[in-house]
Amino acid sequence: MKALCWQGVNKLSVEQVPDPRIENEQDVIVKVLASTTCGSDLHLVGGYVPAMRAGDVIGHEFMGEIAETGPGVRNRKVGDRVVVCSFIGCGRCWYCTHDEWSLCDNSNTNSGLAQMMWGYETGGVFGYSHMMGGFAGSHAEYVRVPFADYGAFPVPDEVDDASAVFASDAVPTGWMGADLGGVRPGDVVAVWGAGGVGQMAARASVLLGAEKVIVIDRIPERLALAGQHTGAETIDYSGTDVGAELRERTGGRGPDVCIEAVGMEAHSPGPQFLYDQVKQQLRLQTDRPTAVRDAIMACRKGGSVFVLGVFGGLVDKFPLGALMNKGLTLRGAQMHGQRYIPMLLDRIARGDLDTRHLVTHEMSLDDAPRGYQMFKDKDDGCVRVVFRPHG
Amino acid sequence: MNNLARAVVAVAAGATAAGVAVGIGLAAKSTAPFRERPPRNRWLMVTINCPPERLASPEDLSAPVTRLLDRAEVTVRPAPGDRGTELGLRLREPPPAGPAGLAARLSGDDPRRELRAALRDAKSLVETGEVLRPAEPPTTRPTLLGKPLELAIRRSGKEGRL
Repeated sequence: MKALCWQGVNKLSVEQVPDPRIENEQDVIVKVLASTTCGSDLHLVGGYVPAMRAGDVIGHEFMGEIAETGPGVRNRKVGDRVVVCSFIGCGRCWYCTHDEWSLCDNSNTNSGLAQMMWGYETGGVFGYSHMMGGFAGSHAEYVRVPFADYGAFPVPDEVDDASAVFASDAVPTGWMGADLGGVRPGDVVAVWGAGGVGQMAARASVLLGAEKVIVIDRIPERLALAGQHTGAETIDYSGTDVGAELRERTGGRGPDVCIEAVGMEAHSPGPQFLYDQVKQQLRLQTDRPTAVRDAIMACRKGGSVFVLGVFGGLVDKFPLGALMNKGLTLRGAQMHGQRYIPMLLDRIARGDLDTRHLVTHEMSLDDAPRGYQMFKDKDDGCVRVVFRPHG
Repeated sequence: MNNLARAVVAVAAGATAAGVAVGIGLAAKSTAPFRERPPRNRWLMVTINCPPERLASPEDLSAPVTRLLDRAEVTVRPAPGDRGTELGLRLREPPPAGPAGLAARLSGDDPRRELRAALRDAKSLVETGEVLRPAEPPTTRPTLLGKPLELAIRRSGKEGRL
């Protein structure tokens, strides 16, 4: 079959690779109908996540049709149209049964590797390095889905493929940031990043009752989409002092909840960016935490900061003093999608949550390397590219 | 300085040195009872999301564990709260320590490797009924730069902080 493979730093190519097989009784094989780029893929493509091997199939946000089921699959059948959670959860370990699915104990086949890096492992993820299981990704004609009874969710008929695909990752990730960040009615919420995840975090905050939501980015097209589709206000950080702007818009208090949806390759104006970029390129730090720093500094006293962006290792100049002395709650997580996806599909079907606007470009799988270049460079107003492996 | 003065200085210096030596010795002795040596042979533990009765007898233990019982002791105890059951394995013979231990770890001959894999597999079998397998055949190709990662991946199931 055809698949998009990582071949080295900033090298992607479409290759013929072996078809996936049922390896475990609870697996299914999904025929991929739609699979989308995610900002976190850029960390893999750029070589910032070290556990990639040449030939790895990338892509983790997808939906499709079940083509084959293992003998241990109980609640899914061939022909089901499903959206698949990007994180793989066994459904029966302590973490899964406590709705912390991305921490699954049994779905990372390289658990020792991740334990050496982080102390304990995360669950497995499709197409997201060998640190997270080494599972083949979804930018392919077919993909193997382990523990399918727990991670593949039927898509309502009224939701089209391109809208449903974001329920695999961007929508539950954003929702989780607002939910676990503790957004309550009346809150002011600031969201750093107007990509797919940031926009969904903003929309979730609105739906959870936030009085005011403010999205911060530098890309005009993304800020415009956030303003049109999420009910949020926007700030272009390239043209203003974000801290002063937030103080002005919040009566001097600062936002109650700050959600960081940027990750390890953050940009910022001024010398801070240069400093972080040099340190990252010299591998003196693995991640550029600019937006996390800004969120911690901007957050009101006693407020909450949630880190949704993907980070891999170590950062420099972390404002621990501000965190401690302001009495902040800092939390982060990979996304516990299984906890939210059925509810979110219902909301998408009812029209509460608009995801279709995130699809700025659709392409065949053959064009995927070009799609990623466009996505990386944010050419032509690109927010997300959806690949259609079967046309 | 005359000879007498030299002798006094020498005696004083000798006494000081002796005092320091005795002091160091006493200090070492006085702290020794309070300094615990790390055990050479720790229990390796996992917590399984099941009630303790599920693992009450040796027959209840899954094959990855039972086939190691000639080499390892086993312990089963309830976990606090609702966290399930703690299952542990410990080698009957302590693993090599010091440089020999480091060499064993680097060469992949550390006897605790089998215990780690057995505990992970047993936990997954009890909780889910299967042990997740990586995709075969892989889509990757070997490269020179990828060699260290390939080695780390090969060893991952038997290494880590378990």
